[in-house]
Amino acid sequence: MKNKEPIILAVVVFFSLVTYYLVEPYAHHVMHKHVDSENFAYADLPEVTKTGDAVSGQELIMNAGCAGCHSIEAAGMPAPMDAVMAAQSYGVNPPDLSNAGAIYDAKFLSSLIKNPAHALKVEHKFDEAKGQMHPMVAFYGMGGDIDQEIADMVAYLQSIAVKSEEVTPAMAFENACGRCHAVGYENWTQLGTKPKFKHEKDSLAYDIKVMEYQDSLKAYMGKLPPDLSMYIRSRNEHFLSTFIENPQNHLAGTAMPRVGVTAESAEKVIEHLKDAGDPKRHERAAVGMNVMIYIVIFAIFALLWKKQVWRDLH
Amino acid sequence: MAHFTKATSVKDWLNQRLAVEKVEKVMMSEYWIPKNINFLWAMGMVLVVTFALLVVSGIFLLMYYVPTTADAFYSVNYTIMREVDFGWLWRHVHGVAASVVFLIIYIHMFTGIYYGSYKKGREMIWISGMLLFVAFSAEAFSGYMLPWGQMSYWAGMVITNLFSGGSLHADGLVEWIRGDYVPAQAFLGRFFMLHVLLLPLAIMGLIGLHFGALRIPHVNNQDGEEIDFDAEAKKYLDGDKAGSKVMRFANDFMSKDMMVVGVYLIFFFYLVFYNYGFAMDPVNFDPADGLKTPAHIYPEWYFLWSYEILRPFSIDLGLILFAFAQVIFVLLPFLDRSPNTVPANRRGLFAIWFWVMLANMIVLTAMGKLPPEEPFSTIGFYSAIIFVAQWLLLPIITMFEKKV
Repeated sequence: MKNKEPIILAVVVFFSLVTYYLVEPYAHHVMHKHVDSENFAYADLPEVTKTGDAVSGQELIMNAGCAGCHSIEAAGMPAPMDAVMAAQSYGVNPPDLSNAGAIYDAKFLSSLIKNPAHALKVEHKFDEAKGQMHPMVAFYGMGGDIDQEIADMVAYLQSIAVKSEEVTPAMAFENACGRCHAVGYENWTQLGTKPKFKHEKDSLAYDIKVMEYQDSLKAYMGKLPPDLSMYIRSRNEHFLSTFIENPQNHLAGTAMPRVGVTAESAEKVIEHLKDAGDPKRHERAAVGMNVMIYIVIFAIFALLWKKQVWRDLH
Repeated sequence: MAHFTKATSVKDWLNQRLAVEKVEKVMMSEYWIPKNINFLWAMGMVLVVTFALLVVSGIFLLMYYVPTTADAFYSVNYTIMREVDFGWLWRHVHGVAASVVFLIIYIHMFTGIYYGSYKKGREMIWISGMLLFVAFSAEAFSGYMLPWGQMSYWAGMVITNLFSGGSLHADGLVEWIRGDYVPAQAFLGRFFMLHVLLLPLAIMGLIGLHFGALRIPHVNNQDGEEIDFDAEAKKYLDGDKAGSKVMRFANDFMSKDMMVVGVYLIFFFYLVFYNYGFAMDPVNFDPADGLKTPAHIYPEWYFLWSYEILRPFSIDLGLILFAFAQVIFVLLPFLDRSPNTVPANRRGLFAIWFWVMLANMIVLTAMGKLPPEEPFSTIGFYSAIIFVAQWLLLPIITMFEKKV
């Protein structure tokens, strides 16, 4: 009798794969628009033409009043007010600038200093003509060549920052995303990592501070930005990367600003989200390999057993 | 009372009380299986193994899962996925097995249809099998509610809404099922109970019935051959193992079962570790939010074909056809009027009926997931009509089938 099993197997595999293709890759391709990466080039922003001088940059930053809102811990400048009060004043707590030079793209920083709403891609929310001012005041120059001055300021920020390879996934996330987004599974709130409290009363007092901060944030953003704990599973790496690069590409009109991270920083942000939502991925790879080896050996023994038993049956 | 003698061995002791030798013969060594069957006949064992994986992984998950709307999502995605040792493994095994079990069920079902294994005394095998399909569907749906993500919540909303019966507006029935106006704590609690107790009990009972139903008519074979099992079994026991048309279930057929299970498990664990996304919808990793409807709501892939029979029509007609699709498979043994119990390829028009049914259900499955826009809506509409028409035609085309 001719053995029909190979052809039967081929038929079963064929129909299974067709079904899989249609309901997974094809259906998702139709349902979700594809956004290509722009390689974090920020091509819409003007190129930096001047070479900055960190020493004069430091002076400019002092005189331009940056520290009136931003802390620069690395230079010994503390925040002028606490995060809750800062959020009440500006909507969101302005970031500490110590490592801005390492986390954010230089071209983006230059454009940001000159015209925040434009660089952040939130001009639909902040239209100067209608009197909707972005809480970060644009830098109008200190009397010299404004492009040179901005290049100097960026050079200063780069000079005080840690080296880009020293930026950890948590640092990148906390600075670029963590003032709006909580990551509950990493114990991260918009005010920072929630400390361990001995007394429940203190813990509740901290929670209330977070809620007060969130109230300001809600008013500023229109809704509370989501907790990102499981975003690596509910979205995917490509989505997150292209979303961070330019939120408007995915969700036109969103209040979320383009934060201007470098490609490396974006990778670190995503790494941090993996640590939050998929922390067992390395274990999964290791265990997976062992299980596959075991199960292949099992299948070989099962095949040999079948051959032995069936020898007498033909 | 039976007469008991002093036991000569542990086996003898058990034998006097439990008739273990007799049981072993009935269940294993003298449970006769035809030899002319292919690997598709091992799908029953594959299903048993998959069900066992579901039960074992489910037990581990049950130790940490918290069935409250406040904590369900957290207990699954934080406690089980992050804190519990190998919790992620049990969850991925459970999620992937829940999806793959339907793939095997469909293969098992279409094998039965192709080889006519629901005919001539095998009707109860088919009917109990379809009841198992219904029980597994309810089990899958109730389990899908438990992580309390966005898809849990909205799938629960959509499916329970079906019970309003369209123009009947039986909203009271929907509220009674939910225990609330919307899916909430009462809803989660009862679906939790169904998922971990009542439905698994029903499934285990039905598996017993399904196996029992197989006993008297025996297993079908791939050539439509009528085998005299008593004569062939005697031949086998007299030593002509090669000449007999039957073999023992154990170890003869079981060794082949295990070989197929081995290959299947390679595929299964590949999915568990490297390609689990299809079984764990990304949308369900967003916590349930009654104020935020997901852009696309769709059931898991194994419900898509019947969902698409509901979707292209007006609500009342859609519900009627949906109900039709749910029960019609059960009636297959009675709608097929042909006297032939042979593979479909020897049954003329029925062969065409079979392949069109299979292909059309795949089309329905695809259209059920795709958004309801052109050209998918039109394709889904005609596919649904073809599905219904095929079942209406089945008695007619099989009535005129020639005896082979």
